[in-house]
Amino acid sequence: MITLQINGEKHQIDVSPEMPLLWAIRDIIGLTGTKYGCGIGVCGSCKVLLNNSPVQSCMIPVSVAEGQNITTIEGESKNLQLLQESWGELNVPQCGFCQPGQLIAATALLDKNDNPTDDEIDEAMIGNICRCGTYQRIKKAIHRTVELKKQN
Amino acid sequence: MKPIKNVSRRSFVKSIGLASGGLILACNTSVFSDKEKTPENLINFNPNLFVQINSDGSVVLIASRSEMGNGVRTSLPSVIADEMEADWSKIKVQQAVGDKKYGDQNTDGSRSIRYLYEPMRKMGAIAKAMLISAAAQKWQVPEVECSAENHFIIHTSGKKIGFGDLVEIAKTLEIPSDESLTYKNPKNFKYIGKHLKGVDVKAYANGSAIFGLDKRLPHMKFVAIARCPVTFGKVKSFDKSAALKVSGVEDVIEIPRIEKPFGALGGVAVIATNTWAAFKGKEALKIEWDFGENQQYDSEKYMNQITQNVHKEGKVGKNQGNINNAFKNAHKTIESTFQLPHLAHAPMEVPNAVAWVQGDTCEVWAPTQAPQSTRKEITDYLETTEDKVTINVTFLGGGFGRKSKPDYIVEAVIASKALNAPVQVVWTREDDIKHGYYHTTSAQYMKASLDKNGKVTGWLHRFALPSIVSTFQPGVGYAAGFEISSAANVPFEIDNLKVEIGQAPAHVRIGWLRSVINIPHGFSINVFADELAYAANKDPLEFRLNLIGKNRIEDTQDPIKYDTARLKNVLKIAAKNAEWGKELPEGHAYGLAVHYSFYSYVASVVEVSMKNNKVKVHNVYTAIDCGTAVNKNTITSQMEGAAIFGMSLAYYGKITAKNGAIEQNNYNDYKMIRMNEIPKVHVEIVDSSEKPTGVGEPGVPVIAPAIINAIYKLTGKRCYNLPLADYDLV
Repeated sequence: MITLQINGEKHQIDVSPEMPLLWAIRDIIGLTGTKYGCGIGVCGSCKVLLNNSPVQSCMIPVSVAEGQNITTIEGESKNLQLLQESWGELNVPQCGFCQPGQLIAATALLDKNDNPTDDEIDEAMIGNICRCGTYQRIKKAIHRTVELKKQN
Repeated sequence: MKPIKNVSRRSFVKSIGLASGGLILACNTSVFSDKEKTPENLINFNPNLFVQINSDGSVVLIASRSEMGNGVRTSLPSVIADEMEADWSKIKVQQAVGDKKYGDQNTDGSRSIRYLYEPMRKMGAIAKAMLISAAAQKWQVPEVECSAENHFIIHTSGKKIGFGDLVEIAKTLEIPSDESLTYKNPKNFKYIGKHLKGVDVKAYANGSAIFGLDKRLPHMKFVAIARCPVTFGKVKSFDKSAALKVSGVEDVIEIPRIEKPFGALGGVAVIATNTWAAFKGKEALKIEWDFGENQQYDSEKYMNQITQNVHKEGKVGKNQGNINNAFKNAHKTIESTFQLPHLAHAPMEVPNAVAWVQGDTCEVWAPTQAPQSTRKEITDYLETTEDKVTINVTFLGGGFGRKSKPDYIVEAVIASKALNAPVQVVWTREDDIKHGYYHTTSAQYMKASLDKNGKVTGWLHRFALPSIVSTFQPGVGYAAGFEISSAANVPFEIDNLKVEIGQAPAHVRIGWLRSVINIPHGFSINVFADELAYAANKDPLEFRLNLIGKNRIEDTQDPIKYDTARLKNVLKIAAKNAEWGKELPEGHAYGLAVHYSFYSYVASVVEVSMKNNKVKVHNVYTAIDCGTAVNKNTITSQMEGAAIFGMSLAYYGKITAKNGAIEQNNYNDYKMIRMNEIPKVHVEIVDSSEKPTGVGEPGVPVIAPAIINAIYKLTGKRCYNLPLADYDLV
């Protein structure tokens, strides 16, 4: 048995230790907000926070994730909720499929950097593909979140 | 509003009282004369349900089209809500299942709003009229003294009553006749023409939106399928022993090929308790294939072959004036050849479907653009009747035309029936890249003549590309009429014009990808016209406006008129917003393109720089005239997205085949534009009261040629082929 701590809850699962975290989250635990996009760690749709660092969950075996704090799009973190609000306010998503991964990447960025520049946003978000092309609004929504935090 | 055609006057609408105390309005919606529609679709009218008002005042509106980022779950209901004066905050949108009673549900061709704008207004107008009648009856006053406003019916005396409180009376009333309906003056629209936020944005942002891939049923099996690397190859034999040893794998079965345009490709399916086990099991399969005749397909050799085919005379698609005389008498002639590769749709959500066959009934949950053709395919496969087959349309994680073809859903039905269990078929990303319905590859040859004043006197456009029709009629070796029109309808005032089609048989499944034939034709026409401007020593903007010429309606033999004044207008707006002609930073240049597709007019001016021989796009100024703008938020985001989609194909888009097998695998070698590469996209929507036209696709075709034209301006080097990665420029 492997114990995963996801969004503050412990889940005991009986899977092969090399099963990628993505599939444990989606198929075994049943949190489907984390998405499969490529399976080779190049699109970012499956991003989750592992001890507050963004990782591509399709590349992380559950054995490595065991005992660590995992945050998915369904979870809570101050920056995640603020970003979600900006996503809504600026109507960022089109099809919406990649957005959980985008939001996790943006959360990780703001967790480490209070006031990222455009270049720093590019660097943090370069691993996330959006086929609909919502990048411009993603960038604006990150800036808006920073502005809101400053005002408060 | 003009009368709607082809609708049976008798029982156009009927009301159905619901046990729940709701009022439902039913009507017909397949109402447009459109030459793309077959007569069969036009006459198959069935009752449709779009509005439900509940006694608590809540209103349910049906979205009959699929949501894939196109915004239809917001735009279509907003039209009904506006016309009936409903309060948008009290609206719940419900996704329609696949059923002919909703009229045409095919969500492609950029036509959801074009087809449904007037019918949705009518749905709203009927609801409003009945609520007014109900209030007048309750108050015993004439109807003319009552009006609807923001979820209330208001009497001239000032008294008012909420929609919900009128349900009991309204549901007993007769449906008003078409002639009695009144429509809002567009200047009183509250939602139409505004920036309305998407109804699903919150669910997308918190991960609760259920895409096909997220559907779960109790005891559902996960299925991955190995398909032949060569299109239409067959399984000769397979060894499943290693696959069965993978933890979580329960079974391995063969999936038959269904020889239909949207049939399953066939292959070997691994049944497992989770997706990962199914994927691992699939990798462990040992399969011997009979590759079949398409194994000879080599896309590089094929490009040489179709290029030869456009360097000789082809079948005539259009012939006006005398092109030979024009070339003979020319001051100067210019000729160029263009080569474009296959493309894959690669939506972020791979093809997938959940199916549960129980006896002669079947229920499906799938991300599909075409729930009705899905229903038909499944009904045929199960040899049952349509009433036994339910197609639930989930959110689509992108579609771009791929999810118009339900082959992946048929696979799930085959597997569920064979296993007698609910299943989810999931394609790997590699499956998606290697087994698609590819955007056509093309060779195009263009030749034009100029007189001594730089006026274009002759225009020859010859192209060869495997046709979409080949998917439906195997063996078809030439482009079809709808694949010729975007070349034949080139909106230039040229006396001598000829379009010819060269031979190009298909060796993979050819499908429609966002913008379809407008990608190759929009590319060659815009690049070549730019080339002619330089040959004539003219500014590309001035030259293009002159080439389009005087204001006129082009003879496209289409009910929707192609107005060259609107075409020039979008070009002028894009140029004005870019301040065309201003001095740009050192090493920057503008390029432009303008194209008419899906009955909309789009122009883009792009600002490009080159650094270390690599292209950077800084700004895209897009102007669109799509007639009446229904949701400006959606239109703007579609134009922003189209710029990125167009850049992805311009930079990286290339699918190749060797020995019949697709060589690309995943997003690592079939690349997409990423955050660090994006320009700022500036969008202007032309104010118009014309009928609404396409939005989802028309923004794409202009992007690649505008970039090529800017690169030429900067470097003097003309790129005739795509992608730019082949020139090492990105």
